[in-house]
Amino acid sequence: MTERKIAYVITLIFLVLGGRLFQLQLIQGNELRRLSEENRLQRIKIPSPRGVIYDRNGIPLVENMPYYCVILLPEAADTVDIESISELLGVSKEDVQKKIEDRKPFEPIRLKERLSMKEVAFIEARLSDYPGIQIEVDLARHYLYGDVGAHVIGYLGKLNPEQAKSPGLKDIPAEAFIGQWGIEKLFDDILRGVPGEKIIEVDALGRELRVVGEVPTVKGKDLHISIDIQLQKEAETAFGNRAGALVALKPDTGEILALVSRPSFDPNLFAKGISPEDWLRLRDDGRFPMLNRALQSQYPPGSVFKIVTAISALEKEAINLETKITCSGGLTHGKWSFRCWKKAGHGTLSFHDALVQSCDVYFYTAGRRTGINSIAEYARELGVGSPCGLELVKGEKPGFMPDENWKIKAKGQPWYQGETYITSIGQGYVLMTPLQVARLISIVANGGYMYDVTLILPEETPKPIKRLNISQKTFEILRNALWGVVNEPGGTAHSARSKIVEIAGKTGTAQVRSSKAGSASGRFGDHAWFTAYAPYENPQVAIAVLVEHGGHGASAAAPIAKAAIEAYISRHLKAGEDE
Amino acid sequence: MNKYLIKNFDWFMLTTVLLISLIGVITIFSATRPLEEGGHSNFYIKQFIWVFIGIIGLITVVSFDYVWLGRASYIIYVLGIGLLLATYIIGRAGGGAQRWISLGVFSFQPSELFKLCFVVMFTRYLTLIKAPLSGWAVIKAFLAFTALPFFLLLKQPDLGTALILILLFAFLTLIRGVKRNVVFFLLIAGIISIPFLGNIFWDELRDYQKNRLVAFMEPDVDPSGIGYQITQSKVAIGSGKFLGKGFLKGTQGPFRFLPEKHTDFIFSMFAEEWGFLGSIVLLLIYLGFVYRSIDTAKNAKDDFGRLLATGITFMLSMYIVFNMGMAMGLLPIIGIPLPFMSYGGTALLSNFIAVGILISIRARRFDLFY
Repeated sequence: MTERKIAYVITLIFLVLGGRLFQLQLIQGNELRRLSEENRLQRIKIPSPRGVIYDRNGIPLVENMPYYCVILLPEAADTVDIESISELLGVSKEDVQKKIEDRKPFEPIRLKERLSMKEVAFIEARLSDYPGIQIEVDLARHYLYGDVGAHVIGYLGKLNPEQAKSPGLKDIPAEAFIGQWGIEKLFDDILRGVPGEKIIEVDALGRELRVVGEVPTVKGKDLHISIDIQLQKEAETAFGNRAGALVALKPDTGEILALVSRPSFDPNLFAKGISPEDWLRLRDDGRFPMLNRALQSQYPPGSVFKIVTAISALEKEAINLETKITCSGGLTHGKWSFRCWKKAGHGTLSFHDALVQSCDVYFYTAGRRTGINSIAEYARELGVGSPCGLELVKGEKPGFMPDENWKIKAKGQPWYQGETYITSIGQGYVLMTPLQVARLISIVANGGYMYDVTLILPEETPKPIKRLNISQKTFEILRNALWGVVNEPGGTAHSARSKIVEIAGKTGTAQVRSSKAGSASGRFGDHAWFTAYAPYENPQVAIAVLVEHGGHGASAAAPIAKAAIEAYISRHLKAGEDE
Repeated sequence: MNKYLIKNFDWFMLTTVLLISLIGVITIFSATRPLEEGGHSNFYIKQFIWVFIGIIGLITVVSFDYVWLGRASYIIYVLGIGLLLATYIIGRAGGGAQRWISLGVFSFQPSELFKLCFVVMFTRYLTLIKAPLSGWAVIKAFLAFTALPFFLLLKQPDLGTALILILLFAFLTLIRGVKRNVVFFLLIAGIISIPFLGNIFWDELRDYQKNRLVAFMEPDVDPSGIGYQITQSKVAIGSGKFLGKGFLKGTQGPFRFLPEKHTDFIFSMFAEEWGFLGSIVLLLIYLGFVYRSIDTAKNAKDDFGRLLATGITFMLSMYIVFNMGMAMGLLPIIGIPLPFMSYGGTALLSNFIAVGILISIRARRFDLFY
């Protein structure tokens, strides 16, 4: 009897199917026929507002601005009159033709983007003559501070072919803009959101009749970064049109308060799709505005490195606070002579005065007594040669710290005493990025704690990654001397002395060994360094400044650092903040 | 084919199947016709050729006594599993570029042949063991014959066939007879494993399949416009009204609103052009076919024939019902083709072979000599 039961059940199911056919074709038949003949259901993408990026004080750095483009619906693509459309839009026929040929199945074709309001009005008025043509609104990013902080905030762009293949991005429509640089890229998936969709019924003229269904958009999440945009702005202004970099950190958390790379560029150029001319101009600019000098350029640290030499010499007890060394303007080693920057010599100096006056001979000697391997050991401990891991750009430079082993391996030669001399004063093989110098001075300011540098405003107080094995006494001696550099007579950075706040720091000059020897212009002059922290008693900001071809640290870099520090500290004093 | 076979040959069944296949070919012809002047895609020609290959397959199967099928069933099953494994290992060539046209329908689909191997093997197995089955026997049968192919199919992913496989397993064991407490146990086990299996299912689904399910459950939340597809399918069917728009007058197909217009949604195309009248006639032809299969099962000369015919009937009925339910918006879209009509060579061939088995069982119903 089973067969009979099965037959009953099947019959019943077929009756249901027949009933459904009755419902669709006879009861709803007229309406569905009308839909199929006169109407088209259309899907309109509703862009998702991208999350806003705020600075540490909640000041918005970007906004989303509506922008308009003309799209052609895929079903009209084969029947459309290219000639009349190219006239309407003022686009060449070949251009329209190509866009139609390169289309993806079922996706609307963008014929023209970035319409002005005038163009929108003009086309809107004539839409009914062009079936299949529509105006679509999208959101474009507007960067409120223009080129200020562009290297940090970044910009948006369309998917490049390589990204189109990556699994995480496969669902993103071809015309969508995604973060291509900086914070915009790094946190793209957080900021992006999910576009919504509206399914509408339109009549033969393309007029909207009613909304059939809607998929709500998911707005991107907002992001608070650690940058203080006012500080960033003041720092960039202080650079004028000089090239270089500045990094300001909170020494007790590792948060980046400002990250400057000059010259900069205007990310708004990219906001609606950069024009080829603009892109070539940026790419081929001899001053490399797209280079993030704070992380992607490494320079000899010059006298700034004396901080490292001092720490290793004091820790290894090669010298102490009382050690006196006489400088007569240089010293000789075999047939080589090593000069002090002060030709007349500094006379007999203790450690404190040697650092305050940045005496090269004192540090040659200190370096020789300490030995290159000990200097390298402390340098590495202090982060020289290891990148900070800031994923802001591809290719953060790691800097470089030489030692005996490296020399043998890399060059097949032994390490020479003379190389210890020049390394001790930050010349020769040793290289650092401005970010690393800022991290170094932070460690000095906070008494030996290494933090992860970060661009994101942390939700809770960050913990240091490690505590360096360096005595507090060494730091105190050093900090005292750094205060002297700025505030004592004869200090090399008197130009950074401030009435508002006590600053401690160190100048440096990095020699540029130009391949174009003999070029007289300032373009190949030495790079100027200055690194500092303030207030001296309770450090709240640590800063590193590099001015390319700026000459001396004291004259070129120190004033910029001072301006930035004063601006930051005075605002905090005003706000009554005491962190 | 001897005289005896020809005398007892089931012409009725062959006629219904051929009729549906030809309706399929002309519907494919109409659904894939170009909108403007230009080349007509050759789907309908290929389908037509496959119908011939199917007939040859059918006749070959009929000329053998199906008892041999039973004897060779284990070999057949192992070959089927081998095909599935090969698919799994080699991967599905031919996806990718044309993916949006053929969501999981390829020129050769081992899963389509496998479902038949499974029915043959499993019915044979059930007829050899003692009924009613105890709980352990059911579990053993599941682990031995069903679990592996089920997961292989999920991996492909061929959700439709995987689902049919599980239903076949449950249906056939119940039909064969299980101890009363086992029915209860199966129900409980089924209910308990729903969330668990559901999760596995869900993880194995491709995004588009998830979207389909979500779109069906909540048409308002429509992550990729699948709801739009369902809507358009209903519009196609409904707009046929009573008499249909007429052959080659359908607009929904050539307008290319559905990637699967000539495969999974062939019925919508047919209903648009032939209307309620045509659709009901088609339903009746299918129903006639199903009744005949049931009758074949009832009159089979032995247990194996009876269970095998029942299994094939159940399988094809599921395909028909699921596919039409999908097209009419009664069921979620899981990619199940309509037997004898949807474009697809492997499915057509394996369905013709299935019919061949049915005809073979019927032709030998008076045959009392083993």
